[in-house]
Amino acid sequence: MAKITLSKLAHSYLPDPQGEADYALKEMDHIWEDGQAYALLGPSGCGKTTLLNIISGLLTPSNGRVLFDDIDVTQAPTAARNIAQVFQFPVVYDIMSVRKNLAFPLRNRGMDRASINTRVEAIAAMIEMTDVLERKAQALSADAKQKISLGRALVREDVNAILFDEPLTVIDPAMKWALRTQLKSIHAALGHTMIYVTHDQTEALTFADQVVVMFEGRVVQIGTPQELFETPAHTFVGYFIGSPGMNVLDARVEGAFAYIGDEKIALGADYGRPGGKVQIGIRPEFVSLQSQTGMAAKIHRVEDVGRHKIVRAELCGQAVNMIAPEGTEITAEAARIQFKPDAISVFVEDWRLEPGERVQG
Amino acid sequence: MEKTLNQKAWFLVLPVFLLVAFSAVIPLMTVVNYSLQDTFGNNKFFWAGLEWYTELLHSERLWSAFGRQIIFSAIILAIEVPLGVFVALNMPKKGVWASLSLVLMALPLLIPWNVVGTIWQIFGRVDIGLLGHTLAALGIDYNYTRDPLAAWVTIITMDVWHWTSLVALLSYAGLQSIPEAYYQAAKIDQASRWSVFWFIELPKMQGVLMIAILIRFMDSFMIYTEPFVVTGGGPGNATTFLSIDLVKMALGQFDLGPAAAFSLMYFLVVMLVSWVFYTVMTNLDKKAGY
Amino acid sequence: MTLVLQDISKTVAGQTHIHNTDLTLQKGTMNVLLGATLSGKTSLMRLMAGLDKPTTGKIFWNDADVTGMRVQDRHVAMVYQQFINYPAMSVYDNIASPLRLQGKSKDEIDMAVRKTAVLMKLTPHLDAKPLALSGGQQQRCALARALVKDAGLVLLDEPLANLDYKLREELREEIPRYFEASGAIFVYATTEPEEALLLGGNTVTLYEGRITQFGKTPEVYRRPCDRITAQVFSDPPMNFMAVQKAGSRLNFEDGQSAPAPDGLADGHYTAGFRPHHLEIHRRHKTEMEFKCRLMVSEITGSETYLHVEHKDERWIVQAGGVHDVRSGDALSVFLDPAHVYLFDGDGALAAPAGFGRGA
Repeated sequence: MAKITLSKLAHSYLPDPQGEADYALKEMDHIWEDGQAYALLGPSGCGKTTLLNIISGLLTPSNGRVLFDDIDVTQAPTAARNIAQVFQFPVVYDIMSVRKNLAFPLRNRGMDRASINTRVEAIAAMIEMTDVLERKAQALSADAKQKISLGRALVREDVNAILFDEPLTVIDPAMKWALRTQLKSIHAALGHTMIYVTHDQTEALTFADQVVVMFEGRVVQIGTPQELFETPAHTFVGYFIGSPGMNVLDARVEGAFAYIGDEKIALGADYGRPGGKVQIGIRPEFVSLQSQTGMAAKIHRVEDVGRHKIVRAELCGQAVNMIAPEGTEITAEAARIQFKPDAISVFVEDWRLEPGERVQG
Repeated sequence: MEKTLNQKAWFLVLPVFLLVAFSAVIPLMTVVNYSLQDTFGNNKFFWAGLEWYTELLHSERLWSAFGRQIIFSAIILAIEVPLGVFVALNMPKKGVWASLSLVLMALPLLIPWNVVGTIWQIFGRVDIGLLGHTLAALGIDYNYTRDPLAAWVTIITMDVWHWTSLVALLSYAGLQSIPEAYYQAAKIDQASRWSVFWFIELPKMQGVLMIAILIRFMDSFMIYTEPFVVTGGGPGNATTFLSIDLVKMALGQFDLGPAAAFSLMYFLVVMLVSWVFYTVMTNLDKKAGY
Repeated sequence: MTLVLQDISKTVAGQTHIHNTDLTLQKGTMNVLLGATLSGKTSLMRLMAGLDKPTTGKIFWNDADVTGMRVQDRHVAMVYQQFINYPAMSVYDNIASPLRLQGKSKDEIDMAVRKTAVLMKLTPHLDAKPLALSGGQQQRCALARALVKDAGLVLLDEPLANLDYKLREELREEIPRYFEASGAIFVYATTEPEEALLLGGNTVTLYEGRITQFGKTPEVYRRPCDRITAQVFSDPPMNFMAVQKAGSRLNFEDGQSAPAPDGLADGHYTAGFRPHHLEIHRRHKTEMEFKCRLMVSEITGSETYLHVEHKDERWIVQAGGVHDVRSGDALSVFLDPAHVYLFDGDGALAAPAGFGRGA
């Protein structure tokens, strides 16, 4: 287990990168604390896989350094980094039994037979595969195979970090719940440093203590699930976290109020008079339907997703989604809606503005 | 359960049936017919029953040809399969060199069989051949027309040269289908090069290797053109394999009856051995599942 | 237009992929096939398309028997999980290809292609090759090709499974709109209950090659006919607990009880309830309290999933907001009896949840 430090790290796939646009991974500094569970969240092409490959040693970064416990490993090959990885598709040694699969990384490192056995049994119990230990891996289902991959990653006690590359892609929804909680309990029990790459917000948020949100090669926010949900640092985080994502509306902000068309919206704090592209963000969870007061909105569609309803509406020509509790009757096409004042975020040029903060230039 | 099956489709297959009948079944029946009769020419046939079969089964000539055939197939499989896999493992995986090596590997496969024979026949000649002359100059007593060992070595070398590419290309295709993640996982597990081969590459190549072995076995078991061109089955009978023997019998001596019985048994043996191969290999595959 | 499957079954090499099934799909409907991997979704679609021939039974299209008819001769369009386009053709030519095969005039084709491109937001990419586009755009191109064909039956086999989560959300919202515009029969296979709910229309739940229920999507969700359907149509998975009905009361564990539904025979039942109906604070007096132990908690920012253990059963609680509870802690959860489904010993629905009775 180790602390992983990324220092002035950047990567370009081009041999001679000119501007920032040539970099698949823009310059970043970050410390992955020992024993924490992190998620790297972002859409395809945001650079999250590039970053994972740099940490695992498959890729040498064009700029900057990678340190494991303050030892520079930037040039070290994968085998020398003492990490474990679980891939998108189950990687198992088909002709070996489950037991041999789990023992393989230990045998290659010359551990003695008795210790291997104890360790394998312990891990098998943890991933709930004790009763299939002697079976050939080939005959097992996809989720069982993925559990073996996970077990092989966990079997070494001294790994610096365990990396997960979208490990639940091939797993059925119901099984995902079981595997995710298993993973979570294992992390609580063993305390490895874990880095989990995914495009699925539910997986990222439920797994990690800290979520690193990436967008176009840049880290836009690092925070707890709650922080990402309540105080997104960038409109992209607002959009990407939550389902549906945050409503981001063009507005004019003056002091403690925002104006959209003729509507005046209380913000709950004084933001001054920001210039440039100003937007306010409100999560669908904090938009409510009112009977008397509130802003006039036009309702386009209501989607019943079981546990709640998603109402797709329009406010002064801009789309607004809201979430209404299960059982709410929504019949009228016109409705009055209200935003919860202290749940509104203000964005200038896509970045979050804190109350009292002055905008540069 | 009531089935309303439309039988019209069978008519569409009829032309193919007719074609197969003329090209395969009828000639085969003729051979069966010949094998049960005797003739002294003039198109006069006498019923011989299973006489040719019993005679052949006791014929030392056939058994020795059969033995030579088995040894030959065993040797070339033992060389070509490991060598082909080894070559495939060392071929570049992508880029210009990959394409180039693929073309190079495919070259021997594009040469007609009798030309291969002729090339090696000339190549090995002591008077004008590069190989034969060089060996002779080095003081090695090499002459494939006189020395049985030299004849065997020449024919085996020729077959290896001609056909290892096939095994290599098939294995290469199998290797290319292994996802990169497996190699990455092996690196992380600190698996040795040997483990990677044994636990990842070989299991993933199993399917194509089975096909390669089957093709090479059937093909080598029926080898005719190349040894015929190079040694003509000699010296003596040293390289007289089954098919050469068969042709000698049928065309050289015009013993139609025994030749027919011979070819039928030959056919059955190839089928049987191929079938055994196939079932053993697929069973291994199934067993691996439990 | 109707598609009727009459006593259809499919057996391959002694293994039954689809058990005997009747199903009628009406014109202009969206039909979701919901089930886990290998539950028979794809097999059923292949039978509908005519790619496979049923082992037994007949298929009727507008009352005409099309059982043995080749897929080429039917008016079927299909979209797969993989993004399948002609890589050497531009997006324009890809969308135009089915129309060219139909022998439409140049002007007709141009109009149809441009109209579909606008609908699918592909207009700026018409000259690009599919492989130069993002995954979402590639799948839009495949969808456009299926839509432009004006087929009577459009089959979508997990079309969003290979896309990023957010793109999925976007297309999920758009697909019902394309469908409304086309008027064809849509069949959409998915493993995700939420996707079925978002698409609306009708849902066919599948389990091990059997159709367990077919009906309007919210109805199947709120009145599952048996325990298996309820399980297939719950994400997170449904929670279960044993109950006993005696007299006018339903006796739950932990000494909790609730009034029994009318007309239910005395005896043992299994109570099923969805994770979002478990609360961690009491809200009404009628709610029952169950003492659990917290195993794992997961916080998404807007919700908290609490994985708890109650006696031998594992339950999931989906609670709104952020709740910081430590693993191992004792925890009380509350359940409104109006959200409880009762299943009998065979797993059939004995009494629906009172809450959903109106649906």
